Amino acid sequence: MTKFPSSELRNFAEQCQSFGPVEMLPQSDSLVAVVNCPSEVLKSLAEFLVHSLQYNFGSLVVEAPPNQWKLIYLFYGRENPSLVQLWVYLKSDHPRVDSISDKIHSADWHERQAEDLFGLVFTGHPRLGDFVLHEEWPEGVNPMCTGFSATHPVKEQVVDPAWRPARILETPGAFLMPIGPVYADYYESAQFFLETVGEDVVRMIPRFFFKYRGVEKLAEGQPWQRVLLMAERFSGTSAIAHSTALCAALEQIYQIQPPPRALGLRLILAEIERIRHHFAVLSDICHASGMSVPSAQMDILEEQALRLSGQCAGHRYLYGWVTLGGLNRDMTLTALDTIARETQLLAKASATIHSALQFTSSFLDRFEGVGAISAAGARELALVGPIARASGVRTDLRLMLPYGPYAQDTGFLAMTEPLEQEGDGYARIRVLFAEIQQSVKLIDATVAALPTGPVRVEAGGVRGQSAFGWAEAPNGAAFHYVRLDAQGCVQRYQIATPSFANWHGFHIAAENFAFQDFPIMMASFGLSIAESDR
Amino acid sequence: MFGWFVKGATSRVRTTRYPAHDETAPGVTPGRPVETTCDNELLAIGLAATCPTGAIKPAAFKTTADISRCVHCMACTRGENTMSWQADYRWAKWVGDNARRAARHRPFRKSLHIRVVDTGSCDAVLSEIKQLVKPYYNMHRLGFFITPTPRHADVLMVAGPVTSQMRLALLKTYAAMPEPKWVMAVGNCAISGCVFAPSFIANGSVAGVIPLDVQVPGCPPPPLAILHGLLLLTGREAEMPPVDQPLGGTP
Repeated sequence: MTKFPSSELRNFAEQCQSFGPVEMLPQSDSLVAVVNCPSEVLKSLAEFLVHSLQYNFGSLVVEAPPNQWKLIYLFYGRENPSLVQLWVYLKSDHPRVDSISDKIHSADWHERQAEDLFGLVFTGHPRLGDFVLHEEWPEGVNPMCTGFSATHPVKEQVVDPAWRPARILETPGAFLMPIGPVYADYYESAQFFLETVGEDVVRMIPRFFFKYRGVEKLAEGQPWQRVLLMAERFSGTSAIAHSTALCAALEQIYQIQPPPRALGLRLILAEIERIRHHFAVLSDICHASGMSVPSAQMDILEEQALRLSGQCAGHRYLYGWVTLGGLNRDMTLTALDTIARETQLLAKASATIHSALQFTSSFLDRFEGVGAISAAGARELALVGPIARASGVRTDLRLMLPYGPYAQDTGFLAMTEPLEQEGDGYARIRVLFAEIQQSVKLIDATVAALPTGPVRVEAGGVRGQSAFGWAEAPNGAAFHYVRLDAQGCVQRYQIATPSFANWHGFHIAAENFAFQDFPIMMASFGLSIAESDR
Repeated sequence: MFGWFVKGATSRVRTTRYPAHDETAPGVTPGRPVETTCDNELLAIGLAATCPTGAIKPAAFKTTADISRCVHCMACTRGENTMSWQADYRWAKWVGDNARRAARHRPFRKSLHIRVVDTGSCDAVLSEIKQLVKPYYNMHRLGFFITPTPRHADVLMVAGPVTSQMRLALLKTYAAMPEPKWVMAVGNCAISGCVFAPSFIANGSVAGVIPLDVQVPGCPPPPLAILHGLLLLTGREAEMPPVDQPLGGTP
């Protein structure tokens, strides 16, 4: 693990003291600062972190009582490579805390989620309720609380037929157009309410969690092996990223380090996954703008990437590879050669399509200046992944909080983050194409320098209690929090996914554009709802 | 634009020759565990214990595998005793009642219109369904089309463990389809709930909500398996042959 100079964190500790009686807890990793902070200080400290020190809000993890509530506010640095956790304790009979989302907008959905699932009250939050659990769910039942059975079905309440979603726009001629949850083709289930007075979308209100499977509740009390199966499968198109993030957290708890060969192979698998994902998104983008030939060309590349995974890794979506302490199996030399050779061909073909698209005016007209997100907007809502990069905001965890192979300071992985400034649909397309090229370069360099040796170390006993693991999924930063008991069973599991963060910013892109741009905007975001709903 | 025309016209045909011929390209299917002989019952029990989802059942001198519970974690292919693994894809199975099955050929022999509903799937299943309309599988050549409205649909394709919050949408879509109609569960989530259900929020099987006719197992099922399900529904393909019979050819 690369150690960063923790002088910033020491400075940070000193600055923290000026806000009130906070306590820094010692950490073994110099990347991480944990601050025990009273709930009165929370808001001012969080504001200082986000607005003065340029941290991104990452996640809000809640640990329910028996004894007391524990809230972990996770921040990660855009400028300083570090992770800051603010721990807030609340008495078990007083589940109330000040909302921070009026100052830190990116915390908004995390607070709404915690309110729905735990029954925590965030004082000062303008809009709580009806987020994860919809109108059929009985009021006052909070599934994530201790004592709620994960297997027992809940009796749904009868919905008031007069129930209507909240509306914002009140003007003569205003109407609300609902889209979803079942779409004209095969899009994932989610609902969007478009409020309008004519052609332009004035307000876009999304409703998610139609696909809520309660992965975090199902994980409770299960052995980590079982939770790993769920981490791979809750968002099947980013299986490697999420299983790597969970295993990184577990490896911290068990205090083991996967062997170098396993880390190299994890990188190769993660980058194949990224390439396939980006091909699929680019195909959807071309399809949404009516470009059938480029769309079919991207489809061909996507299926080639899938077949490459199937041929060399045994599964088209790369299930069953990552495990605690490394990988489940090794990859043969032939398979590695095939991957290196085939990905080069894919990169070449994708570059050809990219250069042809750059000169197709009917394509560019649909994307240039459409759905633009400013750098300030992306920072304010803590957007991640290719969408933030298209707005000129650096958020790549492979560089910011280097993990596994990305942390090896060997020079051959000199990777740069593709950045664009415009933040519109076309900038997002350019970022996706650039990332494909970069992933192929990373695969090539890693295959050439892959060390020999075992791919797994045996885990001893559980040494720690809880940890955060993270990975850069194809859609952006993913954080997994896990707490184990002494037998290796998961007591608490929480996932902060990139799609969840980015859907929060989708309204900026969709509002003030015409209806016919909406599918294009959705395609150019390329987000997964399975990943966001969990 | 002319450049794209040339590009499209000069790309060679990629489409699979299935069902006229078997697809043998590498990587089209993850394969499945099949019945394996074991030296004694103890070994069979040990092998069955490697499966985290209970897809493998021990018997005397052999183990049997149920593809509709397998999540392709490949745990049974590691270790000293391993399950035999077969790279086929004719996995679809008729589970509806026989009267409906006998009646299905007349109206649906040639063509089907399909409505897809996602009830909590993992995105990989949807991605595989999408592949069906893409160049490599191109189900349009076989007369299968995705339709935007349930009013025009003959088949309802359901993916995912049927979450509580999608149940109403599923029921409404089903009710909006005209008779005769068929339901196909795609992926193990929709068949048995897989690793996600039954739970407090998901039912775990399409059959528990609406009458089910065909199930396509897999996690996710490869596009060829879904295609096999559609061909099975039209009576143009038979069910998965038992393991000891040789594969290949249409019946």
